[in-house]
Amino acid sequence: MKQPLLVFNEKGIYCEQADVYIDAWRPVDKCIITHGHADHSRWGHKQYITHHKNTSIIKHRLGDIIVTGKAWNETFVINGVTFSLHPAGHIVASSQVRVEYKGEVWVFTGDFKTENDGLAEAYEPVKCHTFITECTFGLPAFKWTPQAEVFNDINNWWATNQAEGKTSVLFGYSLGKAQRLLKHLDPSIGKIYTHGAVENMTEVLREHYDFHETIRITRETTKDELKGNIVIAPPSAHGGTWIRKMVPYVTASASGWMTFRGARRRRAMDKGFVLSDHADWDGLLESIKTTECEKVITTHGYTDIFARYLREELGYDARTEKTQYEEEGAEVGDKKEKEAAS
Amino acid sequence: MKQFAQLIKAIDSTNKTSLKVESLTQYFLNASEEDKLWTIAILSHRRPKRPVNTTLLREWATEISGIPLWLFEESYHIVGDLAETIALIIPSSENELDKSLSEYISEIITLKTLPEIEKKAYLHENWLKLNYYERFVFNKIITGSFRIGVSQKLMTRALAKATSIDEDILAYKLMGNWTPETTTFQKLILEENEEDYLSKPYPFYLAYAVEDDFQTDLGDINDWSFEHKWDGIRSQVIIRNREVFVWSRGEELVTDKYPEFQRFLEEIPDGTVLDGEILPFIDGDIANFNSLQTRIGRKNITKAMLQKTPVILNAYDLLEWEGKDIRQLPFSERRELLDKLISQCSCDEIGLYLSETMNITTWEAAAKERERSREKRSEGLMLKRKNSPYLVGRKKGDWWKWKTDPFTIDGVLTYAMRGHGRRANLYTDYTFGLWDGDELVTFAKAYSGLTDAEFRKVDAWIKKNTLERFGPVRSVTPHHVFEIAFEGIAESKRHKSGVATRFPRILRWRQDKPIEEANTIDDLKALIPK
Ligand SMILES: [Zn+2]
Repeated sequence: MKQPLLVFNEKGIYCEQADVYIDAWRPVDKCIITHGHADHSRWGHKQYITHHKNTSIIKHRLGDIIVTGKAWNETFVINGVTFSLHPAGHIVASSQVRVEYKGEVWVFTGDFKTENDGLAEAYEPVKCHTFITECTFGLPAFKWTPQAEVFNDINNWWATNQAEGKTSVLFGYSLGKAQRLLKHLDPSIGKIYTHGAVENMTEVLREHYDFHETIRITRETTKDELKGNIVIAPPSAHGGTWIRKMVPYVTASASGWMTFRGARRRRAMDKGFVLSDHADWDGLLESIKTTECEKVITTHGYTDIFARYLREELGYDARTEKTQYEEEGAEVGDKKEKEAAS
Repeated sequence: MKQFAQLIKAIDSTNKTSLKVESLTQYFLNASEEDKLWTIAILSHRRPKRPVNTTLLREWATEISGIPLWLFEESYHIVGDLAETIALIIPSSENELDKSLSEYISEIITLKTLPEIEKKAYLHENWLKLNYYERFVFNKIITGSFRIGVSQKLMTRALAKATSIDEDILAYKLMGNWTPETTTFQKLILEENEEDYLSKPYPFYLAYAVEDDFQTDLGDINDWSFEHKWDGIRSQVIIRNREVFVWSRGEELVTDKYPEFQRFLEEIPDGTVLDGEILPFIDGDIANFNSLQTRIGRKNITKAMLQKTPVILNAYDLLEWEGKDIRQLPFSERRELLDKLISQCSCDEIGLYLSETMNITTWEAAAKERERSREKRSEGLMLKRKNSPYLVGRKKGDWWKWKTDPFTIDGVLTYAMRGHGRRANLYTDYTFGLWDGDELVTFAKAYSGLTDAEFRKVDAWIKKNTLERFGPVRSVTPHHVFEIAFEGIAESKRHKSGVATRFPRILRWRQDKPIEEANTIDDLKALIPK
């Protein structure tokens, strides 16, 4: 029996023919990286290959690494295997990886979402035979509202808090969610302040992307300055002493998990907005259909349930592989984020 | 319905009590009288009877959303709430439809009498017409369990603000056996009505658990009366106009479940209200609460049941005497009246016992008495301020419970299941085993007690150390030891371990302990009080 083009071993997703890994979770020689989140771009590989806009992101996170940048759709051949990167729409500069060898095509999504969020390069379906997909929200209970509506709610929330003389504190991961929030906040309401970890990452991204003006919160920032304005901070900053400066404040988080009433009612946050950087149920199904694939491998999320649905209801050859990618909402804080938070 | 759905949404989206009360008050000021009455009914657990069983609800919701039943079940397991699951999986519509809450409820009441095919058509039509939150609320009314984080007390407070009627008077008016079909907002809330008062209990006064170093806060120990606290059903027994009424703490009239108390008529005069604990009483001794479980769930109490598990009332307070509300009298005086009442009648014959009070003069002696709880099979001590009136609801200050420390044992994590709601992406429901030879035998399930960070750590470990998967459940490599605390323990034939524990929860993650050092089933059995 011939060896599959990509296998899942103890280090990551591996292409033996090219001797290359994708999003490996243990240190390897050569690794293609889909995006800058810590569970996909880990420390310790000898050589990194990623989209060129992502190189500064992972350098910021991982320090001095050897990294080669590629453009969208640019093919590169390693030992007869053709690779290329395609927008995944998950966060800024996030890619899917297309792998082709002797006419057989595999695609790995990394993390992805199908809605164009106006910041991350919009998801592009890629035709393939085998589609390796995340399914963080692979349940029919997850159906996203268009982001325009959600941002309308977020901006209204901010304006209401302002009218009550309170500071709004909005939590989102310092890479990805934070910038998506920033992009769509309405600066006519007030000023946008950032936690150090968010500001550092946003500064890196300003090289390629446009954002509203932000003000870094420092020791010198006063309560009165913040009043009525909004603060974007990583979830790790919640509950720490850092937030006391904002009193009186109102907190909110934005995540796909806020779909659940139990999550919205959790005591930690005052408000929950349903806003995810992953595909919802319909998004997952639609993209699988568009790839025209025959085989599907689910990697993280509701993997078993989603694969069973694809198998039994839609007739795909679908299975699950164990990986070490985290689901949205898991603590993906890296060292720098924690330092900046403390 | 829009108005009511908005109210629930507003209550859901805050964790501040003051904001919840404010939303409710606004609602009570603006809603129609019919809607207000139904809202009060729903928030005080008086709902229309379930018109459709949940199996059919699941089937019909599955059909309309075009997914297979197993996928609905998986989703339901993860979401953790049937009404919410149905609201989530059904496609949302833009249709505007505004029937009032009470119109919907009267339709739901009629629905019960309709043939199945019409029930299905009705649900399909309305599911598609309502928006997400309305659909959720609609489903909640149909399925029954409406927990929205607003206690009856908060609801009463909001109603008091909206109507300018005293909160305690409202609490009293809201008790009893009314439903929106037998009364009106005008009659129940706004009018005075003597007749209704015949069966009405008083709002229960509830104790708080003591806090650390409470002894210094309580002042002079001689101001306090001590009792043992027994595990039973908190109840009021009312004798008025030659009738007996039994109310449980959930403000449910349970007279029919305890026919034993009809005998109180033989000895107790009219105009008497007793507060106490219904306890199983077998062979002249208070029995384990577990033995009462079979009786609690039953609608019809059989003779066999009455013989197997007879009950008594262990009375500890007197709220009404000679037809007068005496709740404002100091506890010590109420107790004197109660002691006198019980000493003058043949109370053991009618199943009325007196919860003995103790005067304890030092905290050391009190602590010693508390230590005796296990052997007496009580849950610990109750402390009541001698000069305190009988208050309404849970108010800090005059009644305290000082429970015994929980039992603890070290178990090994053997199975894990995904949590519900906000923990739906994590494995947070755990099963624990104890050693029986070289085998681990399941003895408890627990899903609380760890911090979010710990849950995430254990979850990550579980995902990497799964042995087998059975639907939402995974068996894991035995590796981690947890200290499990529980409140009670009894022998049980229904459990493989032969032991049932009450309120098990995780106390600590014993990362310092190898699994070989976890406890055995015999260690657990040794904790059963003899
Ligand atoms: Zn990601």
